[in-house]
Amino acid sequence: MAEPAALSEVDTSTAGLAVSLRGVTKIYDSGVMALGPLDIDVRKGEFVSLLGPSGCGKSTALRLIAGLNAPTSGSVGISKPAGQARPGHSIGFVFQEPTLMPWTSVRENVRLPLKLAQAPATEASARIAEALMQMGLTEFADAFPRELSGGMKMRVSLARALVTDPDILLMDEPFAALDEITRFRLNNDLLSLWRNLRKTVIFVTHSVFESVYLSQRVIVMTSRPGRISAEFRIDTTEPRGEDFRTSADYAGYCRKVSNALAPSYPGKPG
Amino acid sequence: MSSLQTPPLSAGQGAPESSAVRLVRILLPVIVLAADVAMWELVVRVNEIPPYVLPGPGAVFETLVNDWPVLSQSLLVTLLTTLEGFAAAAFGGVALALLFNQSKWLEYSLFPYAVILQVTPVIAIAPLLLIYLPQQTAVIVCAWIVGFFPVLSNTTLGLNSVDRNLAGLFRLYGASRMQTLRYLKLPSALPFILGGLRIAGGLSLIGAVVAEIAAGSAGAGSGLAYRIAESGYRLNIARMFAALLLLSAAGIVIYVLLALTSHLVLRRWHESALGKEN
Repeated sequence: MAEPAALSEVDTSTAGLAVSLRGVTKIYDSGVMALGPLDIDVRKGEFVSLLGPSGCGKSTALRLIAGLNAPTSGSVGISKPAGQARPGHSIGFVFQEPTLMPWTSVRENVRLPLKLAQAPATEASARIAEALMQMGLTEFADAFPRELSGGMKMRVSLARALVTDPDILLMDEPFAALDEITRFRLNNDLLSLWRNLRKTVIFVTHSVFESVYLSQRVIVMTSRPGRISAEFRIDTTEPRGEDFRTSADYAGYCRKVSNALAPSYPGKPG
Repeated sequence: MSSLQTPPLSAGQGAPESSAVRLVRILLPVIVLAADVAMWELVVRVNEIPPYVLPGPGAVFETLVNDWPVLSQSLLVTLLTTLEGFAAAAFGGVALALLFNQSKWLEYSLFPYAVILQVTPVIAIAPLLLIYLPQQTAVIVCAWIVGFFPVLSNTTLGLNSVDRNLAGLFRLYGASRMQTLRYLKLPSALPFILGGLRIAGGLSLIGAVVAEIAAGSAGAGSGLAYRIAESGYRLNIARMFAALLLLSAAGIVIYVLLALTSHLVLRRWHESALGKEN
């Protein structure tokens, strides 16, 4: 169990799982135990939030799932989509910063994953056009990143993640740096995108309200080392919208999740 | 596209005050130059200084016109040497930086020698090079030695300044080494490389001049620096000044060309090439 396994093609198809973490730990070179042991299962098409205070290892967990870092022990299983060669392409990753290439246009930024995979040009153009349309960026295809607002840059980042049509979308506090109005709008766009495309989404955030609003399941994590302390299923009538944000249901869920989060705040003995 | 074109860099935006400031910034140095030239002429005339000690600016200009066939020929030779040295420095500097970036072992083995080559005064190396190499090659090698280090160190800095998240993204999508280099590292490093080239341009000229002066005493040679040395021996001071003037002008033109190139390449995205109001 404790073999230093990296990314493995776990047979998750029977269980309908998209991502499966088993006894995953991460110990940094400095000897700090950052994570785990952690067990997380995410079903296909599910929207899951990892919620916790800064430094609780939620971003680390996401990077392990993406294969950007290797776990110290345990296994990370990603469902392998049929007919795709490399596992990296089944994952789209959105960073906290837009992480765009400043030297080229929106279109070329979105093209990047396809260019790296050496996709045929005609097919690439079609998919780029589609991804740009999904994020409402068609008019801005020739703009440079510096000409766009923070929210628009994040849209480009999302379009880039979507352009390979990944099964799993990993999002690392993508809207944390945006103002509330822009964040709400992007939250709604993300929800409708998820409803239409039925992708598996793992969304890292430190906002209780955002996690409850977006996800079907909220996983609350504690820090040092990052472990799961509670899990909540958010059951409400779909599709969600502004009505849900102002409902008593929503407030109730937020209170429950906040209470679960409270012991992990530093200063309070847990 | 069209709706977006309005915000960046409209020249008239900077208020009338800033265009007045710009005018002053151009006018002031011109006034200083005119005053200096006038003063120079005055001092020479009032003190009746003979032209073999200090010719007036009028005499220098006259020499420049009269000796133009000789001087222009020499200018061409020096410019060609500079250009060859610069090309070698640019190519060598970037290529070495790329090699170092791909292999740490190579970097650890060779970098100290690049530094040694840089800190050893080229004027001291030039005579040795002239013994072992054909003269023209030696001159170019000198220009290269002075010019390549800023390119090397700037490019290295640029290649190491890649955004970490972008690098992670490239790994996520399984980019090969070549792809990472071509689509990520080189574009990231471009502003640094251009900065290095801007320094190397001026230094190549210095390298060429130093080598020409060293070579001048060895016989052949017809570059501007050689003309200065030769005219010195002949007490043709006016021609020394005229050649010096041409060297300065060449340096300025090289700098302006490189700065312009850098601006044109970076103007759409890099902070250094954007207007201050943005």
